[in-house]
Amino acid sequence: MSNFAKTFSSSLGKKLVMALTGIFLCTFLIVHLIGNLQLFKDDAGQAFNAYAYFMTHFTPIKVVSYLLYASIIIHALYALMITSANKKARPVAYAMQASNQNSAWTSRNMGILGTILFIFIVVHMGDFWWKYHNAELPYARYEISLDNPNDIQVSEVPYDANRLVHSEIVDPQAGKKIIISKDLYKVVQNAFQTWWYVLLYVIAMFALAFHLVHGFKSAFQTIGWNNNRYIPLVRFIGVWVFGLLIPIAFAAMPVYFFLFK
Amino acid sequence: MNLTLKVWRQPDTNSEGNFETYKANDVSEDMSFLEMLDTVNENLIEDGVEPVAFDHDCREGICGMCSLFINGRPHGPLHGVTTCQLHMRSFKDGDEIVIEPWRANAFPVIKDLVVDRTSFERIQQAGAYISVNTGAAGDANQIPVPKNDADESFAAATCIGCGACVAACKNSSAMLFVGAKVSQFALLPQGQPEREKRVLAMVNQMDEEGFGACTNTGACSAECPKEIPLSVITRLNREYLRASLTSKD
Repeated sequence: MSNFAKTFSSSLGKKLVMALTGIFLCTFLIVHLIGNLQLFKDDAGQAFNAYAYFMTHFTPIKVVSYLLYASIIIHALYALMITSANKKARPVAYAMQASNQNSAWTSRNMGILGTILFIFIVVHMGDFWWKYHNAELPYARYEISLDNPNDIQVSEVPYDANRLVHSEIVDPQAGKKIIISKDLYKVVQNAFQTWWYVLLYVIAMFALAFHLVHGFKSAFQTIGWNNNRYIPLVRFIGVWVFGLLIPIAFAAMPVYFFLFK
Repeated sequence: MNLTLKVWRQPDTNSEGNFETYKANDVSEDMSFLEMLDTVNENLIEDGVEPVAFDHDCREGICGMCSLFINGRPHGPLHGVTTCQLHMRSFKDGDEIVIEPWRANAFPVIKDLVVDRTSFERIQQAGAYISVNTGAAGDANQIPVPKNDADESFAAATCIGCGACVAACKNSSAMLFVGAKVSQFALLPQGQPEREKRVLAMVNQMDEEGFGACTNTGACSAECPKEIPLSVITRLNREYLRASLTSKD
């Protein structure tokens, strides 16, 4: 076996793959969150639909998105491989094990939390990613006044296979900019009218929070990048940014649509 | 005090084991846990029952021979002590105490509470050594060693190889042990010639023995009788990655 293959098939190497894909997924969350903040903009979804178009049609982003899908799959597959090897390492279970005396619940249940997240990702991508790419969605037509960008008139345009996903024209005579884009915002709006669907999202974000409270700092430990100077910073980011701020901000989106839209 | 013990009995490696319940009466709180088991065994012998087999040697907390998973924790409820240094004053009258062997694929039960920890020896043999020239001993302190490195190395070297880390870990991972052994050499100038070869060989042997991977729960370090810090695992990860990238072998 080559040195490279040997490294990545060892127990430490497999964990390294988990750590690297995990950190990449964490950085994606930041980008995803910043982009999705467009949902809170009071413009009938114009900015959000423009953002959705950009994310799906800008080549560098497309390349990164394939890396992202690969990372999710590799992270999950390696987790399965490592977990199955770990189970084999203790064929006879203890009758009594006081694990809560020596370790945190999150650290012992990454597999359960990860499974919830994986199911969530499949459902989430099925509802938005799949529909945006494959469903015959209607378009939103935005007429934006050139004098006052906050003056937006929106109307629905039915699905047309020949229409571009996103188009913009400026009509100086009418003093208007007309944007017609595939209406993902409407899909989001409709999805979050059902209480149990909103609840599913909120539960998934709890799972995300607990997964990352352990996962983020653990990834640095696995990479071997951890000394007294960085530990407090990594812990702080792990708990406050990935454990609280990001999951809360994501969970706020379905709740906001359910209550106000 | 009077206690009820639920003890794992297993005649040999290939037999099925099960729990037996024994009474331990008139136990003094000044007894060590192993002395309490000694008295239980004396009673069992008098009753014509095979005594409970358990490992022990120095009974001073330094040899790493005693083990026992007591009420769900390796070396019992106290922090930073081995079973031989655990005293019955940590329990109270009427307690039920569950006593199990270390449970890991790489630590097969030999008999009752005695497990075979030679997998640790084989990991050590794979790389936990340094090359030293024969002849007259060199001057002491001839090679400068920074104080911090010497301290960290010594702290790692206090590992007695008892296997509590493996026993505590939900994955039966040996990484705290291997991390300690790799750290004690990697930090010192004397450990440099075999630095890359050592970590690759020891990790390879660790995997071959069937220990699990690390989930960074920290249970190993929390239960370690020698309080080996989790940072030795960080160093092991770092040393392994470094060796994988730079080793010329």
